[in-house]
Amino acid sequence: MNGLEAIAAASALDLLALSPPGWGATLLAGLGNSVIIALGAYGLGFAIGLCGAFGKLYGGPVLKDLLAVYTTIVRAVPELVLILILFYAFTGLLNQMLLSWGMERVQISPIITGIVVLGVVQGAYQTEVLRGGILAVPAGQIEAARAMGMPSVLLARRITLPLMTANALPGMANLWLNATKDTALLAVIGFSELTKATYQASATTKAFFVFYPAAMALYLLISLTSTVLIGRLEKWARRGQRDVRGL
Amino acid sequence: MKDFLKPHRVVLIVLALALVAWCALSLNWTWLANPKYQLLIVQGIWRTIWLVVVTMVIGMILAVPIGLAQAAGPWYVSAPARVFCTVIRGTPLLMQIWLLYYGLGSLFPSIPWIKQSDLWPYLRQAWPYAVVALSLSVAGYEGEVMRGAFKGVPHGQLEAAKAMGMSPFTLLRRIWLPQALQRVLPTLGGETVSQLKSTPLVSTITIVEIYAVTSRIRQDTFIIYEPLLLLAVVYMCLTGLIVLLFRWFEGRTPTRTA
Repeated sequence: MNGLEAIAAASALDLLALSPPGWGATLLAGLGNSVIIALGAYGLGFAIGLCGAFGKLYGGPVLKDLLAVYTTIVRAVPELVLILILFYAFTGLLNQMLLSWGMERVQISPIITGIVVLGVVQGAYQTEVLRGGILAVPAGQIEAARAMGMPSVLLARRITLPLMTANALPGMANLWLNATKDTALLAVIGFSELTKATYQASATTKAFFVFYPAAMALYLLISLTSTVLIGRLEKWARRGQRDVRGL
Repeated sequence: MKDFLKPHRVVLIVLALALVAWCALSLNWTWLANPKYQLLIVQGIWRTIWLVVVTMVIGMILAVPIGLAQAAGPWYVSAPARVFCTVIRGTPLLMQIWLLYYGLGSLFPSIPWIKQSDLWPYLRQAWPYAVVALSLSVAGYEGEVMRGAFKGVPHGQLEAAKAMGMSPFTLLRRIWLPQALQRVLPTLGGETVSQLKSTPLVSTITIVEIYAVTSRIRQDTFIIYEPLLLLAVVYMCLTGLIVLLFRWFEGRTPTRTA
């Protein structure tokens, strides 16, 4: 039995080797794609979310209603369906625009498509989290800043954003973990990120119990390191706040 | 009602209705008249609802011991429970589904006693893997919530029950579990909506729920957008239904606030 186990372990290592007979390089390339898309989508989602949160709180009535429709629809429909709709709509619209301007059709890189599509989804969730974070900033702080005559951009930069960071961080951390896991959905539309790479590797070699645990370990590595880093970030964001434990 | 119908909102509603009318008139909905597709769509919606209900129930039943193990178990029980929750919550559901379906699906035929067992006809189909994967996902997420809920029950309640001479099992059944479940109830609605939104993933392992039905219609008819729009509307209706159901349910559960 020991001999068999040794052979199994050796072949597992061979399968995961970085050079071509092994699939390690494919998995790592998939991991790289996943991380790039997650980072890009999260960044785009943050830009949308920040605008959306301020729009929902301080915007005009029409803007508020439109944002409500956006966040409600995106949060009610499965990400996979949104990805398909946005995937076709985004590439279709862009090509229609290009054609009407008399330009050639373009094949948009799948990474850009993935980032835009997941970014729009992230934006809806981040809008809600950031809105909650802003609402939790004591009103007196913002009123005081207004009374000092601060223009609204300066007020956001100096008062609202620093004070809301600690409130919004737990929710934002959750959304970051969601973003990394949602990249797996792009496998369904044929994009070669970590899950798709794992699928290809295991379908070719039939070594399902080598590649799936390995890929899961990579995903866990991302989420565990993120959790540690975010914990530090939150500690930093809460500096100067009174500790409520033990009261 | 008057509050809702502000002038700008009337304009927005009219615009939205115009958009719906445009979709209805200028897009291609002829495939909806096909009775074959109508039947498939109804069956697909039913299968989606079935998956959500069954996996939520199984998942919650699993979540109780997992939460209890983490909240009060000795280390050799709580450590595996914590690892289980971390793995389930830290890896994509799609990957878990594929691991179970392709991995176990290729492992089982090579084990003789499984192939000869009465379960084999079921294990050759896809739905047991889908149900197991979706249930384990609920168990992982809700197990973590249950841990917090068990810990959140005031200590005095448990001490009082012990002082009354209740056995540990009676204490759990009469005092600890009911109060923990009451704490979890508000999160259940959101969790059910997430579960609904996870169900299209099982279409990748040949389960024919509503997402797979629309994919098939799209492949048959070469119509790209319209089935997807219908799909989005179906999911929005189901989400709305779940939200309303849980709101009604929460209104009915007696809560006493001091």
